Amino acid sequence: MRQETLTAAAAPEIGLDTFLDGIWKENPTFVTVLGMCPLLAVSNSVQNALAMALATMFVLVMSNMAVSLVRNVIPSQVRLVAFIMIIATFVTVAEYLLQAISLELHRALGAFVPLIVVNCIILGRAEAFASKNPVIPSILDGLGTSMGFLLAIFTMGAVREILGSGSFLGFPLFGDNFEPWVVMILPSGGFFVLGVLMLGVNRLNAWLKAETR
Amino acid sequence: MNTESLGSIFLNSVLINNFVLSLFLGICPFLGISGKRDTAFRMGVAVTFVLVVTATSAYGVHRVLVYFDALYLELIAYIAVIASSVQLVEMFIKRVSPALFRALGIYLPLITTNCAVLGLALFQTARAYNFLQSLVFAVGSGLGFTLALVIMAGMREELSLAKVPNIVQGTALTLILAGILSLAFMGFGGLGG
Repeated sequence: MRQETLTAAAAPEIGLDTFLDGIWKENPTFVTVLGMCPLLAVSNSVQNALAMALATMFVLVMSNMAVSLVRNVIPSQVRLVAFIMIIATFVTVAEYLLQAISLELHRALGAFVPLIVVNCIILGRAEAFASKNPVIPSILDGLGTSMGFLLAIFTMGAVREILGSGSFLGFPLFGDNFEPWVVMILPSGGFFVLGVLMLGVNRLNAWLKAETR
Repeated sequence: MNTESLGSIFLNSVLINNFVLSLFLGICPFLGISGKRDTAFRMGVAVTFVLVVTATSAYGVHRVLVYFDALYLELIAYIAVIASSVQLVEMFIKRVSPALFRALGIYLPLITTNCAVLGLALFQTARAYNFLQSLVFAVGSGLGFTLALVIMAGMREELSLAKVPNIVQGTALTLILAGILSLAFMGFGGLGG
């Protein structure tokens, strides 16, 4: 898997593939196993999951664009520090934006919005893609990768909210007789759901491989 | 000003609100470096060390930013402080004890992007801990991180001999184990006042 990622980064195809790769073939969660902390921490409801995914998307796309714009100006010795500074700037913007849009959501996500700075997906894409490619493909790559992240965190959020609170986006789904699986919204539920999802993705990939052979 | 007692902060950060198992901070090293017990322990020590240094410097940085009324720079300042303190710690250890430096090896620079470190700085600011409280919080969190990592490594060492289906191996199995461990740590919830 790691091999695949490396070769893909070395010789990227420009265009639709750049966008699509991020969603499935190089899905940041299931294939490269990056950015686990926010994925587990704020996926206890669909609303939180979506807000987190959108904030991450904003930061990833903007920082990919900025990194790609300055890629020829920054000396390679200090590039990581420069990338982190760029990312931290956009995260600060995202945090103030979220606070202005919905104070309630800002409280629910807590420290995990500023923690987007250390989300390895973003630094990973800056280093592996945006620092070597022109602006447009970098934006596409950012969009694709964050769609992959959105897919993963949305699935987690949906499973955990439906089973853990018996609702979807706050609307109750089952009648009064439904006994919620409290464990699903607790921290351990996050580990369980992600483990089972990983298992499913492994199974699907094994099946796809057998099918193409 | 927060008036929480030092003992309660310590107990909270080691067991009840364990950084890894209930706050989901520092999951990457938890999944990546928990294969062997001794590497897990070394990683834990390195992280504890960086946490203490970060807690000290973040406390100072926060005071300076409050003085200049420039809190919007907090995040950028923290991450810069963390990156440079990791670098400093690395140089310091290399100079003082080359043996320890070799033992920690690649793990030290990786700690910069460990969310536990930035998380600690953000939490201590949000909870308005004073200097002593911040230090205790850092040591407790580091111990909690080490504890979780070492227990996990012990479990994985035992499991490496067991027969499990191919598709479960790797991350999926580790995650389900972590879920069970996190469930066990929830039992400590009753300790908090």
